Amino acid sequence: MLGKTANGLFWMYRYMERAENTARLIETGQRIALTRLTETDDEWLSVLQSADCLSGYNATHDEVSRELAVDWMLRAKENPSSVLSSINAARQNARLVRTAITGEVWEAVNSAYMRLKDGLSRKVSERDLPATLRLIRQHAALVRGVTLGTMLRNEIYDFARLGTFLERADNTARILDVKYYVLLPSARAVGTSLDNVQWETILRSVSARGGFRMEHGAGGGPKEIADFLILDKRMPRSLAFSVSKLCDNLGYLSDGTDQGLASRDRVIALQDGLLSKSIDDIFDFGLHEFLQKTLEELSGISSQIEQDFRFYA
Amino acid sequence: MSENTIFDEMWGHDAQLRAPYQNFHSWFDQEDPKRLRAKNREAEELFRLTGITFNVYGRAEAEERLIPFDIIPRIISGAEWAKLSRGIEQRVRAINAFLHDIYHTQEILKAGRIPAEMISQNEAFLPQMIGVDAPGGVYTHIVGIDLVRTGPGEFYVLEDNARTPSGVSYMLENRETMLQMFPELFSKNRVQSVQQYPIDLRRSLAACAPNATNGTPTVAVLTPGIYNSAYFEHAFLADQMGVELVEGHDLRVVDGRVAMRTTKGYEPIDVLYRRVDDDFLDPLNFNPESQLGVPGIMDVYRAGGITIANAPGTGIADDKAIYSYMPEIVEFYTGERPLLQNVPTWRCSEPDALAYVLDNLEDLVVKEVHGSGGYGMLIGPTASKKEIAEFRKKLKARPKNYIAQPTLSLSTVPIFAQKGLSPRHVDLRPFVLVSPDGIKITPGGLTRVALKKGSLVVNSSQGGGTKDTWVLEE
Repeated sequence: MLGKTANGLFWMYRYMERAENTARLIETGQRIALTRLTETDDEWLSVLQSADCLSGYNATHDEVSRELAVDWMLRAKENPSSVLSSINAARQNARLVRTAITGEVWEAVNSAYMRLKDGLSRKVSERDLPATLRLIRQHAALVRGVTLGTMLRNEIYDFARLGTFLERADNTARILDVKYYVLLPSARAVGTSLDNVQWETILRSVSARGGFRMEHGAGGGPKEIADFLILDKRMPRSLAFSVSKLCDNLGYLSDGTDQGLASRDRVIALQDGLLSKSIDDIFDFGLHEFLQKTLEELSGISSQIEQDFRFYA
Repeated sequence: MSENTIFDEMWGHDAQLRAPYQNFHSWFDQEDPKRLRAKNREAEELFRLTGITFNVYGRAEAEERLIPFDIIPRIISGAEWAKLSRGIEQRVRAINAFLHDIYHTQEILKAGRIPAEMISQNEAFLPQMIGVDAPGGVYTHIVGIDLVRTGPGEFYVLEDNARTPSGVSYMLENRETMLQMFPELFSKNRVQSVQQYPIDLRRSLAACAPNATNGTPTVAVLTPGIYNSAYFEHAFLADQMGVELVEGHDLRVVDGRVAMRTTKGYEPIDVLYRRVDDDFLDPLNFNPESQLGVPGIMDVYRAGGITIANAPGTGIADDKAIYSYMPEIVEFYTGERPLLQNVPTWRCSEPDALAYVLDNLEDLVVKEVHGSGGYGMLIGPTASKKEIAEFRKKLKARPKNYIAQPTLSLSTVPIFAQKGLSPRHVDLRPFVLVSPDGIKITPGGLTRVALKKGSLVVNSSQGGGTKDTWVLEE
């Protein structure tokens, strides 16, 4: 398989995952906005920060408002992580690797692009927002579904999965970090009702509310939620789950080679190091520091994958 | 050129439904035009979804466009096709023999059948190919012969495409679309299949593997990249053949082989189906500015380390100036009379011919020798006085650059227009595969149709569309 193709697959699935996660974040922001009591649009600041696109937003906007923030994250061409930019990049990469993916995967990506380019050609009104976000999630689910249902389980699939889970781990870590760091700079707010609402929204943004309630009933506070999203290996968007998938897929890729893979070694080190701590240790260590270190590691792993598999000449 | 001299492939010269269209027509008669119009839109939707688009250079907005597809098939009888394909095979055999000769002993020049300067002064002639033995003796692995029709049994070759003929993906996707939309038509008509083309292509390429091949030949398609107008076709063919689609920057010469950068290191390629022009193939040997090719690939090729399909230098066989010598070429190498006719051609490089052409510009089609895509040509009967006067100047300044042909009354096939069936002019490009095992012609090909009423220009860049082309079982 060509290094260029591996690169294209990796990024195609990263961008698909990003488009979906950005839509989830917007949904979360909208949910907080609708249930809050104050009149300010502060939550959009944190949503923009979670999506890692606040600096780009600030460079082109003077104020933070619901309308502007949603538009920036949904459709802005200048925002490389907006849903529209992500879908566009996913499709460009899909064209590049057209021979590696099945016809059905290509058609799913292409129809996601055509449908969303159309649906996002104009500013989305507040009234149409829920339907638009649903559309994005449905198209992302369709691409994932045909990927699982039609692709051979060979190295092509492995690179697709690496992209998916690297992006997902990155996104989950960011969401956690912003919530904790931005919203709760002081320990005093911990345990207040405001705090609980914010944590609840985190669960929502990673579609984990149902699963969490199944495990913890009506109980469970910030620590349990953090535990669930960082360390629970059954939760498909948790750090531990995503990283174990990275480990599996790099394992399949290294099969048959005599030498170990540097990227796989780094993933194992991440599992045995940061991710082997208990949630109490993590809180003692500092959640923010922990998440920042994890994000650094993930970015290092991404570059190491590029090198190990000759993505570039 | 009066209206009633035009041959319609459905209605003949005399409004009598022709045999190949009988089944189709009885079906069409019972169809609700509303349903057909809906199907027409559905076809466009299908094409967009599969991504059968072409890129338009220099236009960011309309970057990807569809070539319009018309749902009325063009139907050729088995007997007509059998005759046609014998002619095509003969011509393609001659083209390959000609290329081998031209780059070796040049017997045809020695015999005086073609003037030597036609070759030596031709830009399409590649001196780097002199004395090179193409693996398997094949120069043109893939050929597209452009044909036009003027009557029941009258076909003419308009052009031979011996470099990198395109359009085969449309032949395949047009059929796929028709099968999806009108399955019932295919149980009423026994249409010869085209879907084996990609497998045939892969076999035929692999059969030309070079001596350096170790085990099963590795085949790859070389594309200029996703911004090329035919990128869809390159990806489509690589996908259908199950081979890698590579770009210049994926390749380099390693240990005397051309190798591609894989996730596990560099792996040699045996046969490269390149969709990059000669000039861009190798910056060391040709255009030094090229970013699309592989430095040193020509040296590997000459040493027998790789097969390039089509071989470099095949352009000398489809040059429009050489075209006029095709009847001589066919006779010289096959010892037979040509089965397919050439369109009578005046070479403006010859003073007598030039004089005739200048006197009759209003009735002739004048083409640039190296032009393509329907650009830089004059269609006398439809041109304005001013256009003719301007062209006359160009012609006088560089007569060697031009050839002229009479305007043929091209056949028509109906398209599905707003008010029902309406005749439009068509041409046909059958696709031919050449390997040491023989010559294979896919039954059918690409029918291009001039969608504008009365227009003779079928090029997609200038308002042309395509149709599914049926060859019926005999």
